[in-house]
Amino acid sequence: MGNTALNTEVAALRRSPAHHLWTDFTVGSVAGERGVTLREVPFQRMVGIRVDPASDTGARIGELTGGLPLNSGDVTTGESGAAVLWLAPDEFLLVAPDDGEPGSGALVASLVEALGDGAGQVIDLSSNRTTFELAGPSAQAVLEKSCAADLHPRTFAAGTAITTEISKIPTLLWKTSDSTFQLFPRASFADYLGRWLLDAMTEFAAEGTPWP
Amino acid sequence: MLLFTCPNCGPRNETEFHYGGQAHVAYPANPAELSDREWAEYLFYRENTRGLFAERWVHSAGCRKWFNMVRDTVSYDVKAVYRIGELRPETLERAAAATAPDQPQQLAPAQANPNNASEGV
Ligand SMILES: [Zn+2]
Repeated sequence: MGNTALNTEVAALRRSPAHHLWTDFTVGSVAGERGVTLREVPFQRMVGIRVDPASDTGARIGELTGGLPLNSGDVTTGESGAAVLWLAPDEFLLVAPDDGEPGSGALVASLVEALGDGAGQVIDLSSNRTTFELAGPSAQAVLEKSCAADLHPRTFAAGTAITTEISKIPTLLWKTSDSTFQLFPRASFADYLGRWLLDAMTEFAAEGTPWP
Repeated sequence: MLLFTCPNCGPRNETEFHYGGQAHVAYPANPAELSDREWAEYLFYRENTRGLFAERWVHSAGCRKWFNMVRDTVSYDVKAVYRIGELRPETLERAAAATAPDQPQQLAPAQANPNNASEGV
């Protein structure tokens, strides 16, 4: 950690799991009123947190994260810009933008300190998953081709996140606005899911009757 | 496609779940005192119920938590969902059986499937 120059050099050599598809994502994105765009958001900081949110340890961690979500779908956001997604009653995923810090960075260190010797776990999982952002008027229709969860706004409102499967790939799905979704597949599935989404987007580029 | 209601996540597609066999099979209080036959029966012998059956499921593609479910093995109707550690809830059929002790606890085949009523005629 001491050699900052070397760390910067190493950071510049990072390759995100879907980097080889970036051009395809740009070409495959569709503009207009039936539009849908796809891009990878690389190197987000992700931290796996396992703790009982009602415990003292959970409260200490919650102080850093703006609380911990208590129900399926809930997402809490703190002052730091980090969001905490509910995975299970005692399991959460913190997601924050790429901080460029070497190793686990200061955020993880502060969470580990808050955990202390309490029952639970704080682990840097930044390399476990990558982030796809699917956005536009047809984004929901693209997802509905291969996601069995009910994505209708009455049950899946902006600001909620669920664990589900997209084209059989275990994926966290976070609806960040009415027409924007962030997908978190594991890195090894990024190529498959990226190509699958591109294929599902193709029809919206075609001229013709709008999707009902 | 079947929808199961996870106690943590709500209604989800059946493909997100995995089956864990019969529920409420208690671990023996003194396993070392069991005969080989008793141990084998604890490990491998399960009910093969026609009708309401209490079983364990895990929401493997969601919250990854185990829970219990009472399912009708004939119709696949889910009658109850409850958490690990909770007692099996009284279902309508069990409540009826309790008030009529002469009746067997499981549904008679003729009741479970009206089509069987004409069998042998
Ligand atoms: Zn669940």
